[in-house]
Amino acid sequence: MTTNEMYSLTVNGEHRDVRDSWIGESLLYVLRERLGLMGSKGACEQGECGSCTVLLDGEAICSCLVLSASAVDCDIRTIEGMSPLGTPSDVQQAFVEEGAVQCGFCTPGLVVAVHHLLEHNPDPAPLEVKEALSGNICRCTGYGRIFAAVEKVVEVRKANGAGR
Amino acid sequence: MSTKTTTQRDVLGTSALRPDGIAKTQGDFAFSSDYTAENMLWGATLRSPHPYARIVSIDLSEAWKINGVETILLASDVPGKLTYGLISSDQPVFATDVVRYQGEPVAAVAADHPETCRRALAAIRVVYEVMSPLSTIEQALDPSTPPIHPEGNVFRHQRIKSGNPDIVGDVVVEGTYEIGMQDQAFLGLESALAYPDPGGEGVELVVATQWLHEDQKQIADCLGLPREKVRLTLGGVGGAFGAREDISLQVHTCLLALRTGRPVKMQYSREESFFGHVHRHPGVIHLRHHATRDGRIVKIEGTMKLDGGAYASTSSAVLTNGVTHLQGPYKCENALIDSWVVRSNNPPCGAMRGFGVVQACFAHEGQMDKLASALGLSPVEIRLINAMETGDKLLTGQPVDSVAPVARCIRETDAIPLPPPLDVTPGSLALPGGSGRTTDPGHVKRGVGWGVSIKNLMYSDGFDDTAEARCTLSNGVATVKFATAEVGQGFVILAQQIARSVLGVDTVVLDTIDTKIGSAGSTSASRQTWMSGGAVDGACRRVRERLFEHIAHQHGLDPHQLDIEDTDIVDTMGPLRVPVAQASAGLTIEETFLHRHRATEELDENGQGNCHVAFAFVAHRAVVDVDTELGLVKVVQVATAQDVGRVLNPLALLGQLEGGIAQGLGLAVMEEIVVDNGIVRNPSFTDYLLPTALDAPDVVAIPIEEYEPLSPLGAKGVGEPPCISVTPAIVAAIRDATGRDLSRTPVRPQDICGV
Amino acid sequence: MGDVVTVHRPQSLAEAVAVAADHPGAHLLAGGTDTMVEVNFSKFKPEDVIALRQISELRSFSVGADAVRIGSGLPYKAMETGEIADIFPALAQAARTVGSPQIRAAGTLGGNLGTCSPAGDGLPVLAALDATVHLVSRAGERTVPVAEFMVGVKKNSRQPGEIISAVTLPRTRGYQGYSKVGVRNAMVISVASACFVHDRKSSSVRLALGAVGPTVIRCRDAESWLAAQVDLSKALTRHDVTDAITAEFSRRASSEAKPITDHRSTADYRRHAVGVLASRLLRRAAS
Repeated sequence: MTTNEMYSLTVNGEHRDVRDSWIGESLLYVLRERLGLMGSKGACEQGECGSCTVLLDGEAICSCLVLSASAVDCDIRTIEGMSPLGTPSDVQQAFVEEGAVQCGFCTPGLVVAVHHLLEHNPDPAPLEVKEALSGNICRCTGYGRIFAAVEKVVEVRKANGAGR
Repeated sequence: MSTKTTTQRDVLGTSALRPDGIAKTQGDFAFSSDYTAENMLWGATLRSPHPYARIVSIDLSEAWKINGVETILLASDVPGKLTYGLISSDQPVFATDVVRYQGEPVAAVAADHPETCRRALAAIRVVYEVMSPLSTIEQALDPSTPPIHPEGNVFRHQRIKSGNPDIVGDVVVEGTYEIGMQDQAFLGLESALAYPDPGGEGVELVVATQWLHEDQKQIADCLGLPREKVRLTLGGVGGAFGAREDISLQVHTCLLALRTGRPVKMQYSREESFFGHVHRHPGVIHLRHHATRDGRIVKIEGTMKLDGGAYASTSSAVLTNGVTHLQGPYKCENALIDSWVVRSNNPPCGAMRGFGVVQACFAHEGQMDKLASALGLSPVEIRLINAMETGDKLLTGQPVDSVAPVARCIRETDAIPLPPPLDVTPGSLALPGGSGRTTDPGHVKRGVGWGVSIKNLMYSDGFDDTAEARCTLSNGVATVKFATAEVGQGFVILAQQIARSVLGVDTVVLDTIDTKIGSAGSTSASRQTWMSGGAVDGACRRVRERLFEHIAHQHGLDPHQLDIEDTDIVDTMGPLRVPVAQASAGLTIEETFLHRHRATEELDENGQGNCHVAFAFVAHRAVVDVDTELGLVKVVQVATAQDVGRVLNPLALLGQLEGGIAQGLGLAVMEEIVVDNGIVRNPSFTDYLLPTALDAPDVVAIPIEEYEPLSPLGAKGVGEPPCISVTPAIVAAIRDATGRDLSRTPVRPQDICGV
Repeated sequence: MGDVVTVHRPQSLAEAVAVAADHPGAHLLAGGTDTMVEVNFSKFKPEDVIALRQISELRSFSVGADAVRIGSGLPYKAMETGEIADIFPALAQAARTVGSPQIRAAGTLGGNLGTCSPAGDGLPVLAALDATVHLVSRAGERTVPVAEFMVGVKKNSRQPGEIISAVTLPRTRGYQGYSKVGVRNAMVISVASACFVHDRKSSSVRLALGAVGPTVIRCRDAESWLAAQVDLSKALTRHDVTDAITAEFSRRASSEAKPITDHRSTADYRRHAVGVLASRLLRRAAS
């Protein structure tokens, strides 16, 4: 099976065709420049900052390091897919309420990473949170309010879980 | 931490939330790099690989053959001024006959795809005659070194001579301190999109920047266009920290758009970004402190030398700022200090959060600890003995008439409990070395260190600026317009809070940030809360005055007896109460206000003059764990008390304090642009290391609120102080843990091991 | 746009081998954490790419009595916990230091071997365990000891048309550990790294150093010296592993390193660091 100039990706549950592209394009480039999904950001093109984090087959990875044409038949979820109906997710809400957003450039990657963390580890210890987010660089906040946002989501989810 | 409740209005003093916050979390917020246009071309820059070379020839022929290339520009294509610059216009749009730093722009292309641009750049043949770079400060200061630029190799010399320079102390301590080159490393890479007017008579530019109007002026000059034909709109900014104060891609993008007649987008890669903006000045500071036997500083002597790199940028202002802060927040009457900032073939340096004071503070705090040691005093005692108070004079002769709660900052920081002793199992990520598992608990020594700083607010030395804002009230909704660059610091929140407080409305609409209103000045120098906040406040107050006049007239009252209570206009001397929404129904009241700060003076040749507007103070105490055998550091806790005047937004304030501390931590232990004979060795995030979540310390922060009467809102700017004295505090803590006389920042493992 | 580029997405190892045979110059793409950096920085223009991501045989592992075979496409994340981590704690520790969580979810041992950088995090572990590299081509399968596979800086002995399919790691009995020195607490390129394995079965110790030479270095002198000082058929204790023995072991390890000075660190520091790591790993083994 080969992929030449036209291929299709499954992004946030939808089939999206990618046309007239140069095959060396990264998934990040294709998401942004071909598919109009500008939410994922590029700040290093090397996998050293996490701004481009998306979920690929359920794993949080750097989309700048994925050759887009190799991601055919993968399930891709981007920041746009974290609040599919437009209503902010609890993670997004907590980020704003806890002051975890300043310039916001790292925010989409972090939101994806936090969603991923809490899906697999709903009550992480502080060092587990730090390790899980160690691949997402933030230059503005110093991380304190980001940790507070994660704590808030964990608390609220626990409370809601307990209430059931 | 006060968070919003439904009954509380988002006025000044509350933790009002960012209006752009939700959009940012959803990826909907438009950063300048997210803009796109129909029929758009991509632009890219060809940069010199050499730090110093003559350009012998440029051959574009192969590049022109590449399918998809629309235009290629050189210096000869610049229609207006060939150079630009914030203070001195010495920086070429494109190099003409000489390149003076690695990365200096030589040409630009516009093409249909970034990949075509890359191929075109690779096909441009430039023949260079490589010359030996001027790469040290001492070389630049040596009068026998040939100038690498017609304007010479020294940007500025500034002496400070104060009081009795011949006085001698009972105790003298001396040290030489070296500061490495830090990078702002904002995440939102440089990007801009230029839309040419049909006929090429003007251009519209969407760009992430710190100062729209200054960009506008420089761009217009280079394009040979009248200023009003160059319209700028702020694209969302992904952090700045000083790196966007200078022109980077603005002129290039506009030129490409005007030449091709199509919108052109330029976007830097991370590697290009390292070459595309100015960095923090590296330097060497030698100080000799004289003190009495009981610890009072009586004289400071020394030299401060900064390397400004190839072009002037704001080097002369950075120098002035740095040298006038060399005494720190301490009383002192006598000084003889000489300072220089030089030109070299190293990367150009300019504004970075702290603006010269970071370097000065690293030196003066090292000195304070030496003094303490020589006198058998603690780091806290020596600083309290010398702590400045309101009314004390700087060595420039200027009385510090800002509130100056230095002693209080120190005491309240000191009162913050130290963290518990390290108590972890082997393999814990909390140990130095983190996930590398290098260190067991038995290898760790803990240290504590102090740093205290003074920082000027606003611009100085006769560079007096203003900020303009407009407020419109109509039907209970306030609309605020300003050109203030929001770079993440949260001015957009503050503007809304001000309008709510002054006008009693809850809905505050923020108009587009662009050049359709007067300049707000730069988002830098911790100035926007004071300046743009003052402008928004002023505009809102004028609107309120007119609203009161209107209501007063309606009800036969004296407008001066009216006031705002919550969302109502009330008569303080009678029963009248009218909701603002009702009072402003059917009205449109618009007012524009220009806020100025008081004038500053230029320093004379002895460094005397009231050159600063106002000051803020901060203390930091750092606790570190050090693996002394391997030289690895974990910063455990940073405690701080910062003089903020008045807390306008507790949550946003904490964000600035924590964020600044992380940047200061970076300079202390990991961040440095390594330059080797003009060549940058680490232009990537693999090797220019920023603190990660695992590097972040616990921060305990106390705002010190002593209302600043000089400030329009009683508040001081808070952006810079958090990143200034934390660096010497961390290095002092490492000294404490290791016993090593560390004199350089960033500290490297080999410095700690002595290997 | 210009150059025609093809991305092959074989669904099985057999299919991949056939494609590789027909396109011997094709670039093999696993997690992309090395390749895509090169592409993004325009240092490498892919023409023929064989994407191995979806080949499930490469993403699996099998545990045997004497050895574990790990598919070349298994992400590092899968080695941080679970069966592989239980059997090879040093591999789990090394896996945990690879890049960031995002990198670990994509990066593979096959990729580390393919790139063959001396700073590759998994490589000192493979060297210390005397792992075997499996290479498959149309001609069949061959195996190469990892020490022979890693030839030099970014040079290995893979032939065109061959695909690294797996590594076999012999099981050992005894302590094994890994440490990596970097300036930051996470996400670092190794300044120096070390893997120490004590195998009671073969009465041996192995010490492999990373980032201090053109390729991973096995400290054979230090290893054989220690074997002569201490009975390695038994668990190590502080009684046998004295301070003097530890110091000499560390000194020998340092002297076998061939570090350079570059923008990340100095040769002197690297030499010093591997000595410290060697002594600490030995101490951990003996506690």
